[in-house]
Amino acid sequence: MTAAAKRRPKHLDLAKIRLPMPGFVSILHRVSGALMFLLVPLVLYLLDRSLASAESFAGMAAFVGHPLTKLVLLGLLWAFLHHLFAGIRFLLLDLHMGSDLAAARNSSAAVLVLSLILTVILGVKLW
Amino acid sequence: MVKRIVVGAHYGLRDWLVQRVTAVVLVVFTLVLVGAVLLQPTVDYAGWRTIWSSGIVRFAALLAMISLLLHAWIGVRDIFMDYVKPTGVRLTLQILVILALVLYGAWSVQILWRA
Repeated sequence: MTAAAKRRPKHLDLAKIRLPMPGFVSILHRVSGALMFLLVPLVLYLLDRSLASAESFAGMAAFVGHPLTKLVLLGLLWAFLHHLFAGIRFLLLDLHMGSDLAAARNSSAAVLVLSLILTVILGVKLW
Repeated sequence: MVKRIVVGAHYGLRDWLVQRVTAVVLVVFTLVLVGAVLLQPTVDYAGWRTIWSSGIVRFAALLAMISLLLHAWIGVRDIFMDYVKPTGVRLTLQILVILALVLYGAWSVQILWRA
């Protein structure tokens, strides 16, 4: 490594890092994935209750009807939609589609906006 | 001559591929499930149970669950490899994640085949 390369400033301080839009979508892909991993037991629990019996189905419906549960599920919905759209974007990038700078910026903005708008629309519909 | 230093356990490409194949399986399953729900006139307990007791949905769900476990493992492991530096802590977390995922897999089989 040359001396000049060694003197390059390193900004690994999270508070100092300013991510470009595609980087922001990328880190949210991780955040949404981690969130969904943490919520797997909740989803399995809900599926279990919804299928066990008519009584447990009613109990599950009441549990899901609680505002706090709804809020968590709304977060899960956003995580799912963001992860889905960002994932499709990554697959297209793997196929060398839309990998020039302008297209990559546009598609990352589209992922952010689309997942938020769909979260609101589906959230209102399902609430 | 360029001196190549080869490091790693060589699972990178395989995991990269597994992550993409499982992602596609999960997208297809999502579409199948959403379609099945939309085709059901009323989604009450009986309708919901009808969806999940169909053989196709059951096996599609099992395939999706196996895909989800592999996909979650690779994703969570990558997050740990990037942010958790102490080897002991990382190893412990990874073991806990593996155990949790295996448990989720067994649980989902129980849920699916009891319905």
